[in-house]
Amino acid sequence: MPIDATVPALELDDVSFAYRGGPPALENVSLSVEQGAFLGIAGPNGGGKTTLLRLALGLERPTGGSVRVFGRPPGTRGGPRVAYVAQRAQLASGTPVTVRETVETGRLAVRGAVGPLRADDRRAVARAIDRVGLADRAGARLRILSGGMQQRAFIARALAAEPALLALDEPTTGVDATSQESLAQLLAELRKELGVTILYVSHEFGAVEHVVTRLVLVRGRVVFDGDPAALPALWHDPSHAH
Amino acid sequence: MLQLEFMRLALAVGVVVGILAPAVGFFLVERRQALVGDGLGHVAFAGVAAGYLLGIEPVLTALVFAVVGGLAIEWLRVRGGAAGDQALALVFYTGIALGVVLVSSAGRLDVNLFQFLFGSILTVTWGDLWLVVALGLGSLAAIAVLYRGLVGAVLDEEGSRVAGVRVNLLNTTVAVLAALTIGIAMRVVGILLIAALMALPVLAAQRVAWSLRSTLGLAMAIGLVSVVAGLVVSYYCDLAPGGTIVLLAAGAFVVAALLEAVPRS
Repeated sequence: MPIDATVPALELDDVSFAYRGGPPALENVSLSVEQGAFLGIAGPNGGGKTTLLRLALGLERPTGGSVRVFGRPPGTRGGPRVAYVAQRAQLASGTPVTVRETVETGRLAVRGAVGPLRADDRRAVARAIDRVGLADRAGARLRILSGGMQQRAFIARALAAEPALLALDEPTTGVDATSQESLAQLLAELRKELGVTILYVSHEFGAVEHVVTRLVLVRGRVVFDGDPAALPALWHDPSHAH
Repeated sequence: MLQLEFMRLALAVGVVVGILAPAVGFFLVERRQALVGDGLGHVAFAGVAAGYLLGIEPVLTALVFAVVGGLAIEWLRVRGGAAGDQALALVFYTGIALGVVLVSSAGRLDVNLFQFLFGSILTVTWGDLWLVVALGLGSLAAIAVLYRGLVGAVLDEEGSRVAGVRVNLLNTTVAVLAALTIGIAMRVVGILLIAALMALPVLAAQRVAWSLRSTLGLAMAIGLVSVVAGLVVSYYCDLAPGGTIVLLAAGAFVVAALLEAVPRS
């Protein structure tokens, strides 16, 4: 389905949210993300950055305000596809799933859950694996790969969905500095070549601050929104409480 | 052994159960819900008791209770604000308590009840066989058709949700399949040991498998061999079939764990 280029990829209008019985996690957040942006979402632990992402993905419902993804409520079927790479710890599994099997599940967004994959699905899966540089590891079990390679496999799964919006939550947790850098480059290339909008949540921003086009700092509300270069030097220290 | 009709029937039912139980258990184990089968088994016990009390075939009431129990666990997990093991505990203990109350009300704390608790595969009839074959093949067909979706929901439930997959429907399907499997397998290993036949072959397969598909295939093979070998051993050694089958499945896990420990070239 063609996407109207004038519609924002993500729009939050005066959004508030609180987990059941808890204090407000986010209050009065308004945000409009243009298509093709590489948006970094940063902030202290408990500041609400993951909550913001979950609201954008339709995994949580706002207690106030509204969320639109490509002009539609998040989770609406039949619209532009959205792919989500969750924190690696949540994806860890003792199962001997291979890289290819992991990436194949990305085609659920395209092909649905019923019936076998078709030849064009298999080609898309192979392309996605190749795109992240894991072609020679496609049959390898995920659990024997390094953290950086596992993360690439999960990104390949997201790519197999041919998404218009790619959301990543703390993708560099437990990944070494070299892999973080290479992940940042990969995401920047994907954005450039495929035009995909990227939402990137992290508290470690060193590796990606030179590739994000816009940075939002969240601490219960949006406390900074703009060019990362405009951020005071103090905020670049990931250990700082912001 | 095969000249005896009850053994032929037992083996035929055993083949279906040996393949189906690990196939369904695969999705429970991968979701770290290996004990769901145990919980549903206890709900099925309440169903057996209700069957006695109402004068209805206990296998049918056990099936209905197990399906309702499976749906209740899934509902509590997703909408009721109870984490996986809390939902299981609620249904598990309610089921066993209801079973005890109903059995005592029916005055049926007898040998027939023990057949459901520990299995009675040697009393399988042709009617049982057709029911098991129909439900078993239907369940395996459902797994084959929905395999990709079920795997997606297992590996990354939220990612699948975001991708537009009807995860709740798939999870409900697994819960219903688990309940059906318990209804079917009840005659083979008994309510108290059903969960073992759903989980042990999968745990063994995980140790030596090289992919997700091979895990499923190996688990079904281990389940099948455990049931058939268990029946043969129990026949010649005069042992309880249900317990023998599960002990062989446990033995398969030990062998797989030893194989895993052998360094691969």
